[in-house]
Amino acid sequence: MRIVVPIKQTPDLVEELELNDDGTDVDREFLKFVLSEWDDQAMEEALLVKEAGGGEVVVVGFGDPDVELSLYTALAKGADRAVNLTGLGEGWIDSHTRASALATWLSGQEVDLVMAGVQAVDDLDGQLPPLLAAMLGWPHVGVVIGVEGKDNTIQVSQEFGGGKATRLEVKLPAVIGVQAARQPPRYASITRIRQAQQAGGIEDVAVTKPDGDTGITIRRLFEPEKTGHAEMLTGSPEDVADRILDLIRSKGVLK
Amino acid sequence: MANEILVLADHLGGQLSDATLELVGKAKELAGATGGQAVVALLGAPDLAGQITGADTVLTMDHPSLADYTPEAWEKALLHIVNERQPRLVLIANTTIGMDLGAGLSAVWGAPLVAYAVRLEAEGGDIVATAQVYGGKLLAEVAISGDRAICTVVAGSFPAGAGGGSPGVESLAPPSGLDDLKTSFLTMVEPEGGDVDITAAELLVSVGRGIGSQDNLEEVQELADTLGAPLSASRPITDAGWLPKTRQVGKSGLKVKPKVYLTFGISGAPEHLEGMRDAELIIACNTDAAAPIFDVAHYGTTVDLFDLVPALTDKI
Repeated sequence: MRIVVPIKQTPDLVEELELNDDGTDVDREFLKFVLSEWDDQAMEEALLVKEAGGGEVVVVGFGDPDVELSLYTALAKGADRAVNLTGLGEGWIDSHTRASALATWLSGQEVDLVMAGVQAVDDLDGQLPPLLAAMLGWPHVGVVIGVEGKDNTIQVSQEFGGGKATRLEVKLPAVIGVQAARQPPRYASITRIRQAQQAGGIEDVAVTKPDGDTGITIRRLFEPEKTGHAEMLTGSPEDVADRILDLIRSKGVLK
Repeated sequence: MANEILVLADHLGGQLSDATLELVGKAKELAGATGGQAVVALLGAPDLAGQITGADTVLTMDHPSLADYTPEAWEKALLHIVNERQPRLVLIANTTIGMDLGAGLSAVWGAPLVAYAVRLEAEGGDIVATAQVYGGKLLAEVAISGDRAICTVVAGSFPAGAGGGSPGVESLAPPSGLDDLKTSFLTMVEPEGGDVDITAAELLVSVGRGIGSQDNLEEVQELADTLGAPLSASRPITDAGWLPKTRQVGKSGLKVKPKVYLTFGISGAPEHLEGMRDAELIIACNTDAAAPIFDVAHYGTTVDLFDLVPALTDKI
């Protein structure tokens, strides 16, 4: 099975997010960008599908900051090819643009299955997998927690709230939005990543930025108004522990 | 029909989600402002129509492929309906169904989409949405141009509609495309019974990504045991397999409402907050003072959990 895994880099949310001068985007200059966590899950599930049934995994980036490291990491983990689509510009790249550029590139490839992270922290104009599927005219299932391949069809588990899930069967080619892989994403050692970097092998493909826009205009980004904020407990761990135990006891739940 | 606000009814296994009625309430309000009507599209479960109050009209569509949700069949049915009705705005709950259909409909219908919306207003003829971005750390105020739009809305953003009369029900014929699909429904998988029912606990100790490794879980487990509380977790912990899925609190896990919810290393992603914000007393421990968990917690501390947890255990 030929599987394509598109990946994107998103700001590391551990860091403080500052806004640009006109307040319509995060200030990207000093931000650290990391692989979107759902794409990491999609990569793992794609490797599991390949290991179970053979085939190849092609990882595709969009020219995001530091995407090379994520592409090399994917190669170190077992991806067979890495492609970087360049030319989509700087700053926030919306999902419609990404999906459209990827659909164009895919039209020249032989692909059975696209597996992408179900969402990303900045997909304000919609999630990539359903957009891509609609542009390709392929079936799509999102919020998937397991994929099993079988000839020209796959069976997927789709997750709902409250721990419920459904099993669906989908004819290929198809697009899957992965919520979580069946096992935690594997680890690639620094040595393996270095080896991949030394071997090179990222194929840069220049793409034309698609026409059209999302029809949405960001007026401003802002921090949520605090409707309330926790009363902060300070002091030594012992002091704070005493306060917390008093609070718990006040609710009568501690015997 | 240009001023219609169309709500997609969100249901699974014969149960209408609460989010549906929240959207109906908002649709009615927006329709009032734009001089239109609030219309609900109910796919595949016509018997649920009686549960939908406060809308002007309920459109039902029935077909064997719509009975159990698949994204392909529902997207075709929804596209058929919006092509017929040309609503001004389509509202979909940001559930699994909304995550599938919002963006899909945006591409096939050619309408702008704002995902993860938490606020919606009509400004003159325009729709202005405010949506969560960057894990809820920021909000984006977004103007939507054109004469059609879609918003997927985070559950709990609006109060449920104030009730009102039973709307008229109109039955629509399904499009022929539903007879030729590439996706088929196989079976529903119910959640496994857990060793403990975290929804029944009065006191919950909950851990998140900040715990760092599975080995560190032991110390928090010891505290939970000493407190006589079950250990629950946010998604990264159950995805990693460190705790069973039945312990997961949040949008895709369980909703809990204990008397006390004590968290360690949980930053408070919107998906997690959705599952615990109604707890009576929330006490959060996280080293990042800007973590969103402190916006819903009643008490918080940035003391390192590896210092605080043993201190708590010692004192009980």
